[in-house]
Amino acid sequence: MTEAIPRIPLDEWTRSVVDWMTNADFIFDSIEQVISWILQGLYWGMDLVPALLFIAILTAVTYFFAGRKIGLTAFVFFGLLLIVNLGFWDDMITMLSLILAATILSIVIGVPIGIWMAKNNTVEAIVKPILDFMQTMPAFVYLIPAVAFFGIGMEPGVIASVIFGMPPTIRLTNLGIREVSTEAIEAADAFGSTGTQKLFKVQLPMAKTTIMAGVNQTIMLSLSMVVIASMIGADGLGDIVYTAVGRNDVGSGFEAGLAIVVVAIILDRLTAGFGLRKRKS
Amino acid sequence: MSKIKVENLTKVFGKKPNRALSLLSEDKSKAEILEKTGLTVGVNKASFEVQDGEIFVIMGLSGSGKSTLVRLLNRLIEPTQGSVYLNGNDLATVDQKTLRNIRRKDMSMVFQKFGLFPFRTILSNVEYGLEIQGVEKKQRTEKAMESLKLVGLEGYENKYPDELSGGMQQRVGLARAFANDSDVLLMDEAFSALDPLIRKDMQDELLDLQETMKKTIIFITHDLDEALRIGDRITIMKDGKIVQIGTPEEILTNPADEYVEKFVEDVDRSKVYTASNVMMRPETVQPEREGPRVALQRMRENGISSIFAVKRNRELIGIVDASDVRKLVDEKQDDLTSAIKRDALKVVEMDTPVNDVIELTAETSYPIAVLEDGKLRGIIIRSSILAALSGKEVNLDD
Repeated sequence: MTEAIPRIPLDEWTRSVVDWMTNADFIFDSIEQVISWILQGLYWGMDLVPALLFIAILTAVTYFFAGRKIGLTAFVFFGLLLIVNLGFWDDMITMLSLILAATILSIVIGVPIGIWMAKNNTVEAIVKPILDFMQTMPAFVYLIPAVAFFGIGMEPGVIASVIFGMPPTIRLTNLGIREVSTEAIEAADAFGSTGTQKLFKVQLPMAKTTIMAGVNQTIMLSLSMVVIASMIGADGLGDIVYTAVGRNDVGSGFEAGLAIVVVAIILDRLTAGFGLRKRKS
Repeated sequence: MSKIKVENLTKVFGKKPNRALSLLSEDKSKAEILEKTGLTVGVNKASFEVQDGEIFVIMGLSGSGKSTLVRLLNRLIEPTQGSVYLNGNDLATVDQKTLRNIRRKDMSMVFQKFGLFPFRTILSNVEYGLEIQGVEKKQRTEKAMESLKLVGLEGYENKYPDELSGGMQQRVGLARAFANDSDVLLMDEAFSALDPLIRKDMQDELLDLQETMKKTIIFITHDLDEALRIGDRITIMKDGKIVQIGTPEEILTNPADEYVEKFVEDVDRSKVYTASNVMMRPETVQPEREGPRVALQRMRENGISSIFAVKRNRELIGIVDASDVRKLVDEKQDDLTSAIKRDALKVVEMDTPVNDVIELTAETSYPIAVLEDGKLRGIIIRSSILAALSGKEVNLDD
């Protein structure tokens, strides 16, 4: 019975679509160029600061901007020192530039889409299933077209991370804006705000906490992509883990893995701290 | 001069609202239209005028369309049909830019749940209206501080809304509305979220402020006591329709239909009624031309034990007791004057609240005289007060 129906050549179709899209080389080339600049800029900026000064700055930032928590501050300080001690500093900076580049792109693309979704129910109805698709498709699959369009290296890694990591930012921007109380919106309207004034003076500030929760998720998802991205040539801590897996080297795999965990915890607590940061009363 | 004139204002919620309009013109009810078309009638052909400097209360139960109506006035909700004239401009048809300007300069709104921006300080909340108009920082801070002072919130400008009590938050809401210097104030259940004591304070304060500011206030409430307390005129709405418009007294004494009657049944009338509402027509005698015999005869006819003595122009002289008059008759005297007593008599003015009159009734056994410019207009006895408070008609001619 099932043999009677010919197999749908979904793979053929996908292949020909991707093939056809590679014709638009110049677009992908320019995208790649932009990402490359962002990566280099971030790396250059972070590399410029000596490791110990970097640690001192980050520790201070953690203390003053994430709720003056002694425990967390100590963790940041000693965690980063451990990474220096293990000799992973440069790899960590590389990884960090990949994550930050993916995060910046996710915010730049994701927040406007989220705003658009919040303002338009049709857009929401269309975008939501796409987001579901983006998140449930195994992350490895993104590597194939990323390589096809952008070759190997850091840039396709960023692209794959953006596709995989952006949905929470979009979703929570949409949610945050939709959650702003009707009375606040009515008040903004009743006093004669323009649409832009309402967005920037009322909706976005009121949705800030929710949006930051989305950004936090995006960063975490990008981080989970670094090992996967190393399969297509992205450098950094992920690459060390990937190599260790290839060589069955438990020791260095654990070391690099631990360093990633330290970075993950620091990034998570810092962004969560920014999101929740309230004024002093 | 009327500040706001609303004509035939209608709002139908749902898709293709025009289907309901023809049904409305056939006087179909809200329920019938919902059944036939699935459309909800929010406001049904409301027409009224609000005078300059008036507090115009729109009252109704939840679902009566009062909140929709007030939002139609500044077009937070787009009207389906009808006009709202403000200073002669039809708000229902102006373009977005003009509308925005009117919202900025001519109409401010105060919300039930305050509608404050939680991430802004009190000061910058109050400044909001000026900020979006592009008023300079220094100037708007000055104006906002002035407005905060007006509502008694000096010293709180750097706090955040969630650090303030409900009553204080609503003061901020008021200050924000005042800061714009608009003539018209729309207040949507502004005091309903406050507890009763605070609510009363706020009502008093609003009335005090209104004394000097003379804004045109449209006040939405579901609370009749509140409506009667602050309203110059009251509109009662039911199912999107205006049932009655009138002064508090008119609403109480002359309800338009059973719905309004049911509403006013439970009102504490002693707070609303004045002496003029509960007084009866007095029996009088004029000593200038009438003697003891006439007085006695008149008391006997009416079954009363005392009678008021007045001059020809109804100026009150005093009261005479039946027993004293009888004595004069027995002594064959012709002049009433010696029997007239003044000291025991309690007098009130036409607009004395009934609450105060009730206290006086305990201090005297005579009826209480109601005067206007020294002239006797009516009398009040205990039973007429009780009758009035229980909602029975008191008629001067009874």
